[in-house]
Parts: sequence; structure tokens; C-alpha cells
Amino acid sequence: MIQAIVFLPLIGAILAGLISIFGAHARNPSGDTVEHHDDAHGADAHAADAHDDHAAGDHDDHHAVEPAAAGSRAAEVITTGLLLIGAGLSWFVFVDVGFMHHDYRIALFPWIQSGDLQVAWSLRVDTLTAVMLVVVNTVSSLVHLYSIGYMDEDPYRPRFFAYLSLFTFAMLMLVTSDNLVQLFFGWEGVGLASYLLIGFWYQKPAAYAAAIKAFVVNRIGDFGFSLGIFSVFALIGSTDFETIFAGAPGLTAKTIDFFGWHPNALTLTCLLLFMGAMGKSAQFLLHTWLPDAMEGPTPVSALIHAATMVTAGVFMLARLSPLFELAPDAQAVVMFFGATTAFFAATIGLVQNDIKRIVAYSTCSQLGYMFVAMGAGAYSVGIFHLFTHAFFKALLFLGSGSVIYAMHHEQDIRNMGGLWRKIPFTFFVMCIGTMALTGVPFFAGYFSKDAIIESAFVSHNPLAFYGFLMTVIAAGLTAFYSWRLVFKTFFGEPHDQEHYEAAHEAPLTMLIPIGILAAGSILSGFPFKELFAGPGVDEFFRESLKMHPHIISDMEGIPEWIKLLPTAMMVIGVYVSYVFYIRRPYLPVELARQHQMLYQFLLNKWYFDELYDFLFVRPTKRIGYFLWKVGDGTIIDGLGPDGISARVLDVTRNVVRLQTGYLYHYAFAMLIGVAGLITYFMFSVGGQ
Amino acid sequence: MTIGLGHYLAVGAILFTVGILGIFLNRKNIIVILMSIELILLAVNINLVAFSTFLGDIVGQVFALLVLTVAAAEAAIGLAVLVVYFRNRGSIAVEDVNLMKG
Repeated sequence: MIQAIVFLPLIGAILAGLISIFGAHARNPSGDTVEHHDDAHGADAHAADAHDDHAAGDHDDHHAVEPAAAGSRAAEVITTGLLLIGAGLSWFVFVDVGFMHHDYRIALFPWIQSGDLQVAWSLRVDTLTAVMLVVVNTVSSLVHLYSIGYMDEDPYRPRFFAYLSLFTFAMLMLVTSDNLVQLFFGWEGVGLASYLLIGFWYQKPAAYAAAIKAFVVNRIGDFGFSLGIFSVFALIGSTDFETIFAGAPGLTAKTIDFFGWHPNALTLTCLLLFMGAMGKSAQFLLHTWLPDAMEGPTPVSALIHAATMVTAGVFMLARLSPLFELAPDAQAVVMFFGATTAFFAATIGLVQNDIKRIVAYSTCSQLGYMFVAMGAGAYSVGIFHLFTHAFFKALLFLGSGSVIYAMHHEQDIRNMGGLWRKIPFTFFVMCIGTMALTGVPFFAGYFSKDAIIESAFVSHNPLAFYGFLMTVIAAGLTAFYSWRLVFKTFFGEPHDQEHYEAAHEAPLTMLIPIGILAAGSILSGFPFKELFAGPGVDEFFRESLKMHPHIISDMEGIPEWIKLLPTAMMVIGVYVSYVFYIRRPYLPVELARQHQMLYQFLLNKWYFDELYDFLFVRPTKRIGYFLWKVGDGTIIDGLGPDGISARVLDVTRNVVRLQTGYLYHYAFAMLIGVAGLITYFMFSVGGQ
Repeated sequence: MTIGLGHYLAVGAILFTVGILGIFLNRKNIIVILMSIELILLAVNINLVAFSTFLGDIVGQVFALLVLTVAAAEAAIGLAVLVVYFRNRGSIAVEDVNLMKG
């Protein structure tokens, strides 16, 4: 059953990939580059897939009128169907593992056997994995379903669905891994799928630039992650989780000699591993790729860049909680970065105008919350937020996608307004998602986010108060920007009359998934509170997480005003947002004019892109240019191939001059040669 | 004064040298080069015949006849090539015959 859950998406990906490849072949048999506006080709392909009811010709507003690849519908049905089966099985496993206490440990086959390094493909399902299975498969299957509607004008759907299923497979490999190497395999797999999907519309320069950026920034984190794996192996001699956790307590006092510097071995290892998590989960300093990743199709943003892949870092920390619990210094760093990200991303979210970017920064901020919980040692609470966040953030993204779909690919909220009359269902679910995100009581986010803030308050982490403060402030900011999005999109006067008139509700394949997610945004909170952030944690998670010993019991006894503080901040945020965007819409403009510096600072995302451009990108380009021109051009080519060939030419140019073409010169040379030979024979051979 | 082998060889050597110099010093005409080659062959013939006589070995004279045949054939072919060359290039001046280079 576990194998089915993990490998069904792979089968789907392979089938859809084959359809995509053969479709591409049929479309363009010669194998030349695809001509996007070649009418003859289009007509051929159109005739070939006459059974396809989704030919794009009936949408006059779309840029490239191109027929869908043959078998698009088959690819959609196969991948979505397999994912739905997987999602159903995941829920079954969730109950089986979480409540029946049946952990699974399935050895598939050996992988690497090299000296001490023994790595096997195996599937490990404990409660933590079961939670992730549910999150990944539920959101992924809903996103597959949603994509059928959302991508219906795209001619390359089989490829899209192949990538989506490939991503799901890699993510499942990641969460079911039983050792760090397999985790790394899944880790890189989701990175690859993310790259492919961000760059899905590779005709757009912004899309492939964003894809490359995501890949490169993730490489930085992965560099640290792989170093962390190496150091785990160097310290313990194994990458299996059980062995690591058993061996870790004996290492607390060990240090690593690093050029005369003696850091604590576990702290250093955990920091390196956390670096990987920072890259994947877009934490402060390595966050720059996430907002740009919004160039990808919206379902991708919902699945990969909100619900699942970006939470891989959180999952990894939770999985390695026995290590992190032994390295309090590393936990302080985790807390610091989490809290900083939560605050910093929220401030940027305040002023952005692209609907997807606002949600993206919100994701970044919420990931910061999860890391605060990780730093506080309240791993189950972080996973709780991961769980609820997956539902309401996927909902917000898919809802935004629905808005974008309705507005014909308009993403700027300044051009929207008054849409609630046109797309009431989307408006309704967006409100639910926003309420869940901002922590309105009895919605999902209320339980998980407040639990994080409480855990930060009671934590013994040296930076706990910083974490508490930042998350509380960010709660207010979150409420402000989330409702700003809703107010500017759905209320007020329409700013683009033409698009407003044409706005229409999305098809049913899109509305069903967001409806289910909306239900999840409400139901994933209260029923699970006891299991994730209450006395039921030990019973539910058992061995899969190593919590800070007292944190859950401490959370029970905190003052009442602390519990009310996030809600109060939320109310303030909503009120300010209401005043700014409903009652007195001129206020934000005034404020932006008065605090021009601050506004520009936030609008330009704290100038991080510019800073990195200045610090890393341009020096790298300069070094590259230098190595290209001087290193390669002048030195290597100059002394190597080009130099040698030039010298040979010099020599031959002189030799050629000997060859005059005059008969008497040749005759003379012959004579000299004969004379020389005779002389030689006279004095050496004949002279004896 | 009796005429000995040395005199014959001296004549042969002089003829040979004249032939060699004729090839190098001549800047006018390829026919002169052909004639010089004939001279060189002649010098060889004188040497052969002289040695044949003084050593009493007939083979040298037989070989001289062979060389004469070869020389005749060579002259015929050389002149033929020259005529064709003149038809093609309009000149047989040694200075103009310089196509044999890379």
C-alpha cells in the first residue's frame, strides 16, 4: 500500500511523459525546433487529434492559438486518477499509523554499498511521514484536478501533468525516506521538478530566469545540506535515521577540528543541515527565489511553492529533531532566522501589488513561523502549522488562480476591484482562506499559529523573546496584507471595466478543489489541535518526533493575555486594513507619499535582489568575464592551441621561402645532397 | 706524350663540371639545361669507355652504349616536354619556369 502511494505518481509521470513525447513527435515529426505560429503544422496536428475536445480555438483572448497535444485528456485523467487513489490511500495510512500505531518500515532494495557507506532504498512511515503523505497527496491531487480547468488553453498539458506527478513522486520519496541520502534524492527531485515547472512557460524570459534563479539559490542551500550529510556520516558512520538518532547523544561534547577552529560537532552539523532547509524553505537571506517563482503557472505555485516543497525544510528539521534537540545553539539560529523571516516577509507583503506575490510573501512569512516552532523545540506545533498552512495557502493560491483566470491573466490587484459580484464562490473561499491565514478564531490557522506564538513564549531558547515578538508583530501585519488583498480585489469600484465585465466564474474542475480546500481550511484546525499541540502529542507522534520535554505542558499554563495577543493583533490588522482600503482609500496613498523612503524600501523587497546583484552576481560575472577573456582567451588559447598553430605557421612560412620553383635551385640542392652523401661514404664507410 | 687514363678522366671531369655549371649559371634557356645534361652524360660515357679500355673489360663499353640510348630517349622526351611547355606558357626562359613550389 505504501509502495502504491509512493510509486503511483511515478507511473503517472512516466505515462504522461510518454504521451508528451509522442505528442511532440506527432506535432513536429522532423524533430526541428517547434514553430509556434506555423499554421500548416497547426492544421496537421489539429486533424490528428480531432477527438480532443479541448482544442484552444474557441478562446479568442489567448496569445498562441495552438491545438493541444494529442492525448492531453488521457494524460490528465491518468495522472489525476492515480493521485486521487494515492490521496485516498494516504488518509487510510494516516489513520492506520496515527491512531492504530502501525508504523511501517519497508526495505525496497539496496542502493549504495561502498565500504562503510550502506544506503538502501526504503520507505519509513511513522506519524510524521503519515501527516506529510496526507498533505502532499491531498493537495497534489486537488491541484491536478484544478489544473485540468486552469490549463485548458495550454497546448502542452501532458508535459505539465508529467512534471506535476514527477514532483509528487519526488516529494513522497522525500517524506518516506529512511536515511539522509534518500532524503537528499527526494530533495533534489523536488528541486528539479520545481525548476521545470517554474520554467514551464519557457517562452517567457521572466519564467526561465526565475527557474534558473530558484535552482541556483537552492544549490547554495543544498551545498550546506550535503556538507551536513557528510559530517553526519563522518561523525556517526551511517546515514540511517535510526543509527543517527541512537548515536547522536554520545556526540554532544565532541568538536570538529576545522583549521584550528573547534566548533561543537553537533551544532555545526545541525547548522549545515539547516542551511539546506533555509534554501528549500526560502528563509531570510535565501528567500529571493520564492517570489520570483510565481512566474510559474498558479497551480504550481499552490502545490510546490506553498503547500509542499517549501515545507520540506520544516519536515527535515522535524525528522531530525533528535539531533536538533541536542544542539541548542543551532536551535537559537533556527529561531532567529524563522522569526526574522516571519517579520521581514510580512513587511514586504504589505505593499506588493501582484496578487500572487502577496501570497508568496505570506508563504515565506508563514514558513518563518514554522521555523520559530522548530527553534522552540515544539516540532509537532510546527508540523501542525505546516498541515493547516498547506490547506489554506493552497486555497489562497488556487483562489488567486481563479481570480487571475476570471480576469484573463491580470495579476495586478490595482486593476481589480468589486469582483465579489462577478465571482461570488471564489470570493467566498478566498475569505475562508484569508480568515484561516490571519487566525480568525475557530479557523485552522487560529489554532496552529497561536500555538506557535505560545510555544515561542514558553521556549527556553535564548532568542525566544525575539521569536515571540516578531511572530506577534507579523500576525498583525499578516492580517493587514491579507485583507488588503481581499479588499482591493473584491471590494470597491472595478478599476478595469473591460476585464471586470468579462470576468466569469471558473469551471467546475477548478471550483471543486478549492471548495474541498476551503473545507480543509476550517476542519484541519480544531479536530487536530489535541494531537499536534496538546496533551495528545506524545501519544500521536510517539517516536517520530523528539519534542522539547516540557514545552507542551508549559504551553498549557501561559497567561491568558498571551493567548489573546495574536487575536488582538489580528483584529488591529484587519481594522487598519478596513480603514485604509474601504473607508478611506486615500490614506495609503498619503502614507506612501509621506514615507517615501520606507515605502520604496518595502516595495523593492528590502533591496535584497539589488544587494545580491551587487555582492554576488556582478562580481561573479566580472570573474567569469576575466577568466573568459584573460584566462581562457589569452593564456590557454594563446599558449595552447592558437599559440602552437601560430608557431607552426611561422616556421612553415620560412620553409616555404626555400622552395623557389627554379629548376637550378633544385638541381643545386640535389648536387649538394649527392656531394654530401659521397663525402659521408668516403670518410665513414668507404674510407676504411 | 702518351695519352693515359688521367687525360681521359680529366676530359671527363671537365665536361662534367661544364655540364654542372651549365645548369647553374645558365639563366636563359631550358634547352641549355638539356644540353648540359647531355654533357654530363657524355662525361660519364668517356669515363666508362676509358676505364673499359684500360682495364680490358668490355662491359664498360656496353654500358656506354646503354647510356647513349638513354640519353637519346631523354633528349627526345625532354624536347617534347619543352615544346608542349612553350605552347602552353609562351616562354621557356629559365626565370619563368618557377611553378614547382608550394
